[in-house]
Formats: sequence, structure tokens, C-alpha cells
Amino acid sequence: MSGLQQRIHDAVHGQTQATVTVLSSLLAVEDELGYISKEALEFVAEFSNSTVNDVWAVASFYPNFRFEPPTEHTVEVCWGASCHLVGAMGIFKSVLEASGMGSEGDRPDGRLTVKLNTCLGACSQAPVMAMDHHLAGRVTPESAAKNVTDLLETESHGV
Amino acid sequence: MASSFVEIGVEAARRWEELVAGDRPWIRIGTALCGEAAGAFEVATAVEAALEGQGVSAQVSRVGCLGLCFAEPLLDVQLPGGHRVFYGNVRPEDVAEIVSAHVSGGTPVAGKALGYLPGEESDAPLPDGIPDLNQHPMRVWENRIALRNAGNIDPMDIYQYIANGGYKALNKALGSLTSQETLEEVKASGLRGRGGAAFPTAVKWGFLAGNPAPEKYVLCNCEEGDPGAFNDKNILESDPNTLLEGVIIAGYATGASKGYIFIRHGHNGPIDRCRAAVNQARELGLIGENILGSGFNYDVEVALTGDSYVAGEETALMEAIEGKRSMPRYRPPFPAQVGLFGKPTNINNVKTLSYVPEIVSRGGAWFADIGHDTSTGTAILCLSGSLRYTGMVEVPLGINLKDVIYEAAGGVTGGRALKFLQTGGPLGGVLGADNIDLLLDFEVLRGAGAIMGSGGIIAADDTTCIVDLTRSLIAFCQYESCGKCFPCRMGMSHLLEVLERICCLEGTGEDLALMRNIGENMQAASLCGHGQLGFNPVSSALRYFGPEFDAHIIDHRCPTGVCELPRFSPAQSRR
Repeated sequence: MSGLQQRIHDAVHGQTQATVTVLSSLLAVEDELGYISKEALEFVAEFSNSTVNDVWAVASFYPNFRFEPPTEHTVEVCWGASCHLVGAMGIFKSVLEASGMGSEGDRPDGRLTVKLNTCLGACSQAPVMAMDHHLAGRVTPESAAKNVTDLLETESHGV
Repeated sequence: MASSFVEIGVEAARRWEELVAGDRPWIRIGTALCGEAAGAFEVATAVEAALEGQGVSAQVSRVGCLGLCFAEPLLDVQLPGGHRVFYGNVRPEDVAEIVSAHVSGGTPVAGKALGYLPGEESDAPLPDGIPDLNQHPMRVWENRIALRNAGNIDPMDIYQYIANGGYKALNKALGSLTSQETLEEVKASGLRGRGGAAFPTAVKWGFLAGNPAPEKYVLCNCEEGDPGAFNDKNILESDPNTLLEGVIIAGYATGASKGYIFIRHGHNGPIDRCRAAVNQARELGLIGENILGSGFNYDVEVALTGDSYVAGEETALMEAIEGKRSMPRYRPPFPAQVGLFGKPTNINNVKTLSYVPEIVSRGGAWFADIGHDTSTGTAILCLSGSLRYTGMVEVPLGINLKDVIYEAAGGVTGGRALKFLQTGGPLGGVLGADNIDLLLDFEVLRGAGAIMGSGGIIAADDTTCIVDLTRSLIAFCQYESCGKCFPCRMGMSHLLEVLERICCLEGTGEDLALMRNIGENMQAASLCGHGQLGFNPVSSALRYFGPEFDAHIIDHRCPTGVCELPRFSPAQSRR
């Protein structure tokens, strides 16, 4: 068994909750690998006694799953209504510029993924962004750009 | 072997006494999502470093959210037997002084303190020159029932919940009430669902209770994808045992065999704290076999979903727990007949179930006395946007929305004027600034074209553009449409296309009629609320701001200039 297959095996079999499903197994793999590989789809299909097609139907439905290995860092900008009304679009523009990117997605050098998030859940601190899932609130276009630069240069999630 | 409830209570009281009146000060730091976003983890690290560096001994707890999110990071110091003194907007560099002067030296840093809350049974003199936090505008309107412990106790410690009256209601129900009597208590309270539909909870429970099947489920919905609403996650982060106790009592009242608490994957604060509560409750014999010796068997599991707003719809939620795509089912059969894994099922929102312990403890009549008309109890509101005091308040239903905005939330920031409120989540509606003189009541708000929904209220000032916001809301609804039924899948895409055109100042004279036509079809023909209510953002915006749409369409001009700025939507739609 390859290292990747072992990690998939352990993640799926390591689930401790009583209700184990295709979705819960995919979430366990996503937590372990940061993405759903082709091997994972096959493994979960066999584990759950279903087909790769059935597993893919679930995996492709939920936008939190990615199917390529993760980049080093992820920056998310919240575009929920609270954030939108207090400047989320300007924050996102600034984050894209600081990242050297034109739109959402992975940077070709594999260092960074930039995403819009429907709601990061800290609406009272709008506008909100997240660096590798560490939240930062009341950001400005300037502080948002600095957060991206700091993340790339010093690996800091500072707020 | 689990101890008796009396023994557990004695142990909890002993531990609590040690915290508030032992020989060491107690520092509590708010670390819910709101605190995290403001830098609470950095402050917590600074507190630990300062205590160690200065050689000061203190107890440190990471608590949830007190509701005053605008002041996060928020920490408070309670000297043994004394009062709680709060410091707001704390920066890591402020911590050393707070530790040396207050924690170690015993004198609060008055200049930096936000306010104090009196310690229970404390006869210590009140702190000099520091205001009473209960007189803060955001707190004077409050009546905290579901949030009674939020920000006060460590959510990872079940004993702190028990020391504050926790699980007394469960003990009372199991020990002295039948299932039917428990349900009657909830009926007497007039409690209505807080997830958006405001359906009477006891009626819903009655459907499940009346089904004689041996295996039945209670589901608690904490999907909470509503932008602008964070109260469900906040309850789970601040006081997960209040919810858990509600889930157990709901199981007892309906004769269910198992409960599920359903949370979106990725929200680790709520998930971890909820799982800790479940595990600790199991260790103490509060869930599992023969709970508190009553013969009642009931377990609770935390289940996760992927990102999906529609997973908050009750039948889609069951699909997600079963591990499938979260797409709504056809009804009938209704969940109380055929639900999760084909078994009879009842679904309630987090807030709804979080009221249940206090209703059972204090009696349904007590709860029914709070509120207005058939809107009994309180509303748990999330205040965000351009407001002076953003955060979460629990206020009695029946107070005036205007007071919530201009008094409790302190009005609009930056000297700007209020333009509108967006309430009830993306499927809710907007209220023009001149139309917020309304009682907080399910029917009154619905009549005004807005809904209470999950309690999110977002304030927009006069620099915002209603067309731009409507486009953003519909972009959300389109992104989140699950794709199962045609009217919603195509209708949302079509509405977004028209709104994009209007925002680009390229709308045509027929566009408003076209949107109304699409909206009518969505409302009439969609399978679930997502499509049926999906036109609300547009219709309520048109109701209050028709001329602003006309300016975009007829004059090809955005009065606020917002539509001329760059805008972004997710790179791809869900399907």
C-alpha cells in the first residue's frame, strides 16, 4: 500500500462516530489529505459498498471538496451580505492584487489558493477574511493585502 | 457507574466555588468566532505568557460570546469573591498591565475597563470609576434565556453548566414528569420554531410523539449558512450543554431513541465544543442507557455536512446525514412518518431547542408571559453591518425594531444615515429605514415584507446600493441552489442574469416585469423554501426602493456609484 493509500485507509477507518456514510468518509479524507484523490474515490466506493460514480456524485456536489492536492496556503474572503455591505468587494480586489492573481483559484506556483466564502460566521466583525482558516475581522483593503503578504513571507496568520 | 444527579451537582458546586471564590483570580477570555476574528487567540497567548513571566497564579478559561462582539477581544478578571471587570478591544500589548495591576495587584485598570458585572453573592465593594455593564445600551434591553450562560462559563466544562442550574430540567422531566406532561409544558410556553418558519414546537413534537414506531429520531439543525446569522454557532460555542439538554428533553417528550446535532464541516469551534459536551454528558450518564436511572435510553451524535446552504432544509438535512447530496425530498410523506433512514423524525433549530431546559425548569406559563401575543419568549438577534454596537442580543419579542437599531445597537456608524435593514437571511427581505417602526413579532415582520428568519439583522447605511445588494443576495441563492428542481435552478440563474445586467446599467424597460414573472414561477413551482422564497430579496427591495431600480434601468445611473466599482462572484456555480 502506498503512503497515500495508507493515509486514506486510516482516515476512513479512523472515524469514531456511530453513523459512517459516503459523505462522512469523504470529509475524513479531506481533513487528512486536504483533497479527494482518485484513489480516495475508489477506496470510499469499496468501503461503502457503492460505485465510484455514486461517490463522485456526492463529492462533486459539495464545493468544500477539492480534487487536486492543496496549495501551501488558503486565503478566503467572506462575501456574505454583512461583509458585502461594508466593503468585501474591495477587500477581495486587494487580496487578488496582493496575490498576483486575476480571479479565484490556485496560484500556478502552488503557494496559494484564493477563494470567496459564502459566510465565515463572524458577521459582527465584518468585513472578514481567513488565512488558513484563522479568522481576521474588520479588515481594510490595506490590512487584507498585508495579511496575504505576511502569510506568504513569514507564514504568519497574524490579525 | 454514573453517580446520582445529586452527587454530580455537589461536585459541580464545589468546582464552581473554587473558580469564583477560591484563592486565585479567574480570567475569562471570549473565544467564539467573533473573538477569534478580533484576535482573541493572540490575547489568550499573551495572557498565559504574562502570567508565567510575572509569576502570577490565576485560572484562565476560554469562554464563548457575551454578545458584545463589537468589544472583542473581550476579557474579564474576577478576583476571589469579587466582581467581574471587563476589558474590551484588548490588544496583546495591553495584557501585561492588566495582569500586573489587576490580577496580581488587585486594582482594576479603570481607564481601560469597559464595565463590571456584579459577582453572585459577592459583598466586595463595587469597583471605582467603572460603569455597570448591565447598563450598557446593548444589555439593558436583554432578557437572557437561551444565552443565560453565554460568555460566563467554559463551554468545554460540563460541571460549570451544571453548577449554573444545568440538567436540572432533564432531571425534573425524567424524575417527575411523563413524556406527555413534558410536551404539555412546551405547549403551554407557546414556543415557536426559531429557524425561520415559526411553527409551534409542541405541535411538531406531537406529530412524532403520536407515532408508535420504536426507533425515532430528533435532529437539531445547526447548518446555519445564513450570511448575517451566527447565533446557532454562537450558542454551540458558548454553551453547547444548553442545546444538548434541549435535544435530550425533546427526545424524552417525543419518545425518540436517538438525537443528532447537525453542523457544517469546517466550523471547528462549534463542532469541538459540541462533541466535548456530548462526550462529557455520556460520561456522567446524562445520555446513553437508563439516563439518571429513569429507564430512558437515548444517545446523541454530532453529524457533519459539507458546504451546502440547502442542507438546512429539513429533508435535505436528512439526506446529508445519510451521506448523500443534500437535496430536498418530496413531501408527503412528512418527516414525522418517514424521516432519517426511513424512521419517524423531528427537526428543530438550535435556538428552539436551547429554550427548552428553562421552559421545563420554570414552566411553560413563565415563558408564555414573555413576548408579544403569539410570539412568545425572546428573539436572539445577530446585529451586523454599519452599526455602532455589533453583536448578539437576546431581547423579549414585542419590543420595537427601531429601539433595537437605534438604542441597543447604538445606531449607524460614521455619522451616516440608515438606508435599510436586511433581515432573515438571504431569503428574507429588506426594510426601508422609514419602515422599521415595527414590533418584533413573527407576524408583524412578515406583514412588512421581511421575516425574522434565523435572527440576522444587517444594517446598511446610505452609501450602499440596493440593486448591488440584491444582486449579491441572488448570487448567493443561485450559488446555493441545489439543482434538483428546475424552477429554482433556472429561476435563480435567470434572476442573477437580469440583475447583473441592471448593475451594469444595461437593464431594459422589461426587466422588472421579467423578474416578477420568474419570481412567480419560482414561488409556485419550486420544491423547497429555497426556490419558493428565492424571489423575496428582489420583491422586498422593489417594494421599498423602486425608484433606485428605475434610476439604474431608465437613467442608466447608479445613484450611490457602487455599481461602478469592481465586483466579484464565485468563479463557478455549484453545478
